[in-house]
Parts: sequence; structure tokens; C-alpha cells
Amino acid sequence: MSQDLNKTPLYDLHAELGAKFVPFAGYAMPVQYAAGILKEHLHTREGAGLFDVSHMGQVRLTAPDAAAQLEGLVPGDITALAAGEMRYTMFTNDRGGVLDDLMVTRRDDDVFLVVNAGCKDQDIALLRDALGTAAVAYDEDRALLALQGPGAVAALARHASDVARLAFMNAAAVEIAGVKAWVSRSGYTGEDGFEISVAHDDADGLARTLLAEPEVEAVGLGARDSLRLEAGLCLYGNDLTPEITPVEAGLTWTISKRRRAAGGFPGDAVIQAQIADGPTRRRVGIQPSGRAPARAHTPVMVGETPIGEITSGGFGPSVGGPVAMGYVDRAHAKAGTEIELDIRGKRHAAAVVKMPFAPHRYAK
Amino acid sequence: MSDVRFTKDHEWIRVEGDTATVGISEYAQEQLGDVVFVELPTVGADVEAGGDAAVVESVKAASEVYAPIAGKIVEVNDDLEATPGLVNESAEDEGWFWRMEISDTDELEELMSAGDYKAFLEGLD
Repeated sequence: MSQDLNKTPLYDLHAELGAKFVPFAGYAMPVQYAAGILKEHLHTREGAGLFDVSHMGQVRLTAPDAAAQLEGLVPGDITALAAGEMRYTMFTNDRGGVLDDLMVTRRDDDVFLVVNAGCKDQDIALLRDALGTAAVAYDEDRALLALQGPGAVAALARHASDVARLAFMNAAAVEIAGVKAWVSRSGYTGEDGFEISVAHDDADGLARTLLAEPEVEAVGLGARDSLRLEAGLCLYGNDLTPEITPVEAGLTWTISKRRRAAGGFPGDAVIQAQIADGPTRRRVGIQPSGRAPARAHTPVMVGETPIGEITSGGFGPSVGGPVAMGYVDRAHAKAGTEIELDIRGKRHAAAVVKMPFAPHRYAK
Repeated sequence: MSDVRFTKDHEWIRVEGDTATVGISEYAQEQLGDVVFVELPTVGADVEAGGDAAVVESVKAASEVYAPIAGKIVEVNDDLEATPGLVNESAEDEGWFWRMEISDTDELEELMSAGDYKAFLEGLD
């Protein structure tokens, strides 16, 4: 592994656990541990998986009117959030394309953002440009752990009983086994679970405490990707890009009635028109009929006509077969539409299906 | 007495008279991780030495499998269709990919012996 890569505070722990490292967004990250991606994926859906997502950017907006200012950059309804509530939204450009997707939490004294590792420099520059350098704090000394799966709440509640009362997409300051943490009931696997932000110095100890719980196993980025794919969630860079709008991506639900009507975010006219008229292409679930996984960039065909492209695809361990998502022309976007995939020059039958492939099991 | 040889792309080939059996090495399956799909060549197809012959897919990615030598495919391992994990469990035996007729036995001389391959792997780490 190159010396140039950043390491998260859990690097030594990953190595101890037999991680296979890959470079990801400038970090040496564990793609899998000794158990392997299949077992790690299935364990997350049955017990609980502990993920190191410390490479993601944790940013605080500290101006008194930060929520209103942030609305100038994202279509999400931020001012409607009460303290402790969080929301999924995206930075857009003037064409309505997505610059990054992010989680926003309103807190008593600031607005807390979690952004993608590969976009964080660009996001921070964008925020500082709009809100002023002094009002945007990048918490480089914070680690982020995700504890995901049906066993997550029991495992975490043994060290912090309050977390059991947190509602989905809510967050609170919590002490876990003596460690001060910011904990949200959220995640990106389709399962119940938590994301836990702690100081770098506390990360290794907290991770070991959680891994000692009987439900919990370490899970790498490989399974994180297959879990989010089965859950029908977008991967920035694949399923969301500056050329794709939230409406095309099927994320119109993240834009409130007020914001649809009032606009006031980059690309608002494009997005409002697409909401009114329907987009020309849409993100859909794609279920190959056979066993061959269809990867990103696989052409989607109807007869001799290319109608779109897969943007994320692979093997879904919980489904037990290949699953994919991609963008197709609106005429072919209805669930049940029969399509073909061109995999290495051979045609494979597939169908447009509703997502998720694995049902969401978020806390009620 | 069969003779197993290896390529630098981590295929193995075991010669039994006029035909040979081909698969991927134990090292290759470890590097790939959980194998979830194998696209096998068509029986009767001619393959070139070093040419694309099969594709092995792990959860993460697809990788090409190359023909170690030229020849004609005479049989493929149908068990891999239902049980691709055989490649992980038994890469150099039950997880074989295809059997082929050998066009030119001289091509085998270009490949590594088990001992040479072991040394080659040590050089990779």
C-alpha cells in the first residue's frame, strides 16, 4: 500500500483483524476482513456490522443562520429541521446535477454535515465560498463508525441505554462506555443502525468495545457497497454525478413541498421543470434473469436500441444473485419492462424492477 | 503421471495425455475472494495462448481468465454454474474451468513448474 495514502485512526485495528486494504478516496481502507465480503454482508443483515467510515468528511456550519444559508446550496428542507433531526440531501449545480450527496443534522449550536470522502475538499470549498471561511469548520480530528444491522441497537444500548430511544434519522450527544460521542440512528445499508462520531483518540477503544459484543463483527467497504446496492441507495460517482439530477435519480422525495415551490437552490428551474414534466430518464432497479452479474457501464438494450446504462451492479448476497441499478429512458422505466443487458458482447435478459432488492428495516 | 504448470496470470494447466485441464490457482482465488459467477468458454471453441477464455466474477469485480496454451475446448465444468464457490473451496481440483485439446505441446515448456510458480509468488509479496 502506497505511503501517500491517509490512514484512519482504526488502521492498526483493521490490520490486526486481517483486513485487505484498498486505496479509496486517498485513504487506505479495509475492503474486507478475513471472513470475506459474502459473510460480512450476510452478518450485517443478521447481526451487526461495524464499519469504519472515518474517511468521510465531518463538517460543522457555525453561523446562527447556517440552516437558511445551506438551503442556498441544497434542495433539502433544512430550516424545517428541529434540533437533533437529520435529513438526506445533495449539493446541486446550476444544471440541477448532483455535486455530492450528504447527511445534514441540525444541532443546538450548529448544522452538522457528513459528506463523501472523495468530494469533501470540493464541498468545503463550496461551503466556504457561500457561507464564509470562518463559518465552516472541518473536523479532521473526528472518526466515524457505523454500526448496522438488526443487532446494532442491543449491542450499542449495553453501553449507552439512551440510544434505544433514538428515532430513525434523529441524533443526540451520547456517552458510550465513557466516550463522548455524537450518535445518529441512520446508516446506508437498509438496516437499523447508528453512525457514531468520536474524537480520533477515542475511535480505536470504542471500536474494540463494540467488536467485543457478541452481535458485532468488522465489515469492510466491499460489503458496505453490496449492502447499499441491495437497499437501492445511490453511490456518489456511479449513480449520482454532476450530469444527473435528483429527479432523474428518484430522489424527489428529498425535496419538500415548500422547496419545490420556492426554489432558491442551484439548478432550481431545471429541477422544478423535471418535477412538473417528468424526467427523460430515470434511475431504476434492474434484475438480471440469469446468474451473470452486470457491472457499472453495462449497456441496457431494447432490441437494437440502447436505452440506458447500468451505474451500479454486482452480486447481492442476501438476494443470492445479481442485482443492479441504472438509468433508462422514461418509456422503459416502468417496473416489469423486459430489457436486455450487453455483458461482454453477449445479450442477457433482465427486467426493470422496483427497489429495494432487500427490504428496508429501519427503526420505526 | 500428470504434470501441472502455471502461468504468470495465475492459471494452472494439468496435462493428461493429449488433453489438459485448466483452472485458476489457489493464490488467484484468495486474491479474488468469494467467487459468485464463472463465464465458461463454449465447447468446441478454439482458444489462443494468452487469449481470453473465461471470466471469473467475485462480489467486487470481474476478471479475465486466459488460456495458458492454444487448443480446442472439449469440456467445461458445469458444476461451476450452480456452485461457483467451488473455485474458492477447491481451486486446483474440483474448481477446474475447462478441458482442452493441446495444439502444440511446445507451448507447455513456456509455463512455470509448481516450484517456479511458488518462487514467482514469493517475488510478488
